[in-house]
Amino acid sequence: MAIDLKKTDVVIVGLGAVGGAAALPLARAGLNVVGIEAGSWLSPRDFAPDELRNNFRGWPQSAQKANGEIPTHRPNASAPYSPRLPIHPMMNAVGGTSLHYWAQSWRLNPWDFKVASETTRRYGVSRIPKGSTVEDWPFGLEELEPYYDKVEYEVGISGQAGNVGGVIDQRGNIFEGQRKRGYPMPPLRGTEFTEQMAAAARRLGWHPFPGPAAVNSEAYDDRAGCQYHGFCNRGGCHVSAKNSTAVSTIPKALATKRLEVVTQAIATSVMVDEKSGRVTGVVYVKAGREYFQPADVVLLASYTYENVRLLLLSKSRPFPNGLSNNGGQVGRHYMSHFHLGNPVSALFPHNLNNWYGLPAQGVAVDNWADDNFDHSGVDFIGGGNLWVYSDRRPIAAASMSTYGKAPLRGSRWKSFIKENADRYNVAYLQKTTLPYEDNYLDLDPVVKDPMGFPVIRITADYKDNEKQMGAFIQDKMAQWFMEAGAIAVEKGPIGTQLPSTHAYGGTRMGDNRETNVVNRFGLSHEVPNLGILGASVMGTSGAHNPTLTAQALAWRTAEHLTANWKTIANQ
Amino acid sequence: MTGETDDSASRNISRRGVFKKVGAVGVAAIAGTPLAPAASSATAQERATPERATTATPQREALETLTAAEADILEAIVARLIPFDENGPGAAEARAAYYIDRALTGPLRSSRESYAANLAATDVYAGSTKGAGFAQLAAADQDAVLSEMEKNVATGFSPNAAAFFNLVRAHTIQGTFCDPYYGGNANFVGWDLVGYPGIRMAVGEDEQRLKAPQPVRKSAYDDAMFTMKGGNARGGDHGHRP
Repeated sequence: MAIDLKKTDVVIVGLGAVGGAAALPLARAGLNVVGIEAGSWLSPRDFAPDELRNNFRGWPQSAQKANGEIPTHRPNASAPYSPRLPIHPMMNAVGGTSLHYWAQSWRLNPWDFKVASETTRRYGVSRIPKGSTVEDWPFGLEELEPYYDKVEYEVGISGQAGNVGGVIDQRGNIFEGQRKRGYPMPPLRGTEFTEQMAAAARRLGWHPFPGPAAVNSEAYDDRAGCQYHGFCNRGGCHVSAKNSTAVSTIPKALATKRLEVVTQAIATSVMVDEKSGRVTGVVYVKAGREYFQPADVVLLASYTYENVRLLLLSKSRPFPNGLSNNGGQVGRHYMSHFHLGNPVSALFPHNLNNWYGLPAQGVAVDNWADDNFDHSGVDFIGGGNLWVYSDRRPIAAASMSTYGKAPLRGSRWKSFIKENADRYNVAYLQKTTLPYEDNYLDLDPVVKDPMGFPVIRITADYKDNEKQMGAFIQDKMAQWFMEAGAIAVEKGPIGTQLPSTHAYGGTRMGDNRETNVVNRFGLSHEVPNLGILGASVMGTSGAHNPTLTAQALAWRTAEHLTANWKTIANQ
Repeated sequence: MTGETDDSASRNISRRGVFKKVGAVGVAAIAGTPLAPAASSATAQERATPERATTATPQREALETLTAAEADILEAIVARLIPFDENGPGAAEARAAYYIDRALTGPLRSSRESYAANLAATDVYAGSTKGAGFAQLAAADQDAVLSEMEKNVATGFSPNAAAFFNLVRAHTIQGTFCDPYYGGNANFVGWDLVGYPGIRMAVGEDEQRLKAPQPVRKSAYDDAMFTMKGGNARGGDHGHRP
């Protein structure tokens, strides 16, 4: 039997990027919040500059919940399963994956909120890909702008604005939607290599700019500026210059005395009152004991796969197919972001000194993203953000492609990497991904986690729109590298929708309750006191990293909750 | 970069194999292992300084996972994947096999069965096609066997020869280029080879110009902050607010 705990106002499942952000406005409004986190606290002393530990071993010092729950994948319902990933893209700790993420902190483009209507208006309804379930978001960028702004200042984002109050600044992203004010910190500095890439982009008539990052470019909120030491990629920050929620919003929430953090606690079920159909709290397991944390409002804030899984596992008489799933929409409209498929790498005739820096230190081009160019003459909608950055470590460098110029072993290989280990660069190309009727998440019928619960099964693959866009973006990136002096480029295959650090959908947000799980405020259409936070509510991916948008949405849900507390909490 | 690697070749590099530090008994037990691959540079060999077994503190190095026979084969494989040659030390000198032996009982344990089956298969295949166990073959014959594994024409492997080739290659690269804390990249030979300028806790703007700064050679765990002693050494975990 579960041990009953004292009731709280709000229980949050997961204290990562979104749960850790939402906790702050809730606590500041005077609500008592309990955060249930599977991992524990990690400190700068855990963040050694160690490539093996960070990039190959799945963070052995962290709680290993995620690594026991790696989703399975098959491209479609009749295809064989893909080999299972050895480690989960995400990890567990207070702060979650925001401890070791790349920290690129983008706002979405205005078009990303209105893909269906804008495509129809500009090119005709026939240009919406067949089988896509894409809908407009229930609101536009202007509705989310104040929340982007709050998160940028509370978490701490470095960047160069491109459109403040409608005034275009060529130093920033000229395609970004209008913002009220600039970033709280200037952008991270460039390197000689990224400056050369920026110059090459300008020669092509494009508009390069430094990307936004949740990394301090200078001291901020009593924390140091970035040291550019080169271990930020899946690494935590040894000087707390990376603004994970563990060093930004969660400490601020703790300072209000309204947030209680329960670590090493694994949520196993959300409980439902059978009469009212309202949620009553969360069951979790800690140190082998089962606890029930009652609450007036439950917020799910784990990763997309875990949000969906906990809903599907939480079966009750009112919700026999999983919580908030009487409409059959939980798990639908899933997307693994098209950000690793169709990569482009380049070989240069001189060293680049990419050994230091971080994935968020780079140069972006958005000329070929979203609907920033005329799609009349191409066979796809959407596009890609081109991103070139400074990041290299020895094991990865020695594992480089030989561009067909050397074998993979022996003295000729050794001679090749001796000369070229610091002469290649792999671009990061994030591309629009759309939902389709046959791309979805459900529970795997066979594979279980160490506690005996089924893991998530991904059934999803890229479609023609992604394939055609991928080829187009590869050509643009190759053109950019060649303009900058590359002597060879290599274009990689598209791959498939494997478990990803960018996973969207499954609990999509929208006004139509027939096709969406949560309403425009992130609350369940079927359960009035259940909220869902994270990229699982996003209906389109955009061509940029999801975290800042997921955090802005979470902040908005939290403020909606505090403004309407008595109604939502039924008091 | 050339200069950096020349420096590395003149360091105190053991030309003895990975498992040849176990003392006289261990050396005798693997006496058949080739000590000097054919492609070795005479100059580099002359510079190399074999370690003596006569130091006051005995070096205690067990094989933690592999059998002695498996270790011989693995040692011979890594020495051909990344050979000692005119560009300096290779995977044997980096002690990649030593790294793999230890990792197979820990983070790489899921590969243990593959090593057991496929190191044996490598020896069987070498015997049937070249007439001797892999470790006893001349370098050119060893290269031919590895080539047939890489091309997936070698038989007797599980699930196939190319998969095992890729596995050993990936682990050999880890063992040659990892932080030396893990037992590989001995004397930083891997970092010297690729010109890695080393671990710096802070990197200035000038150090991100095209010309990399002078290499520094230390492990992440030479900094007490990241070790079991770190709390005392640095007065606690600054920045952590539980």
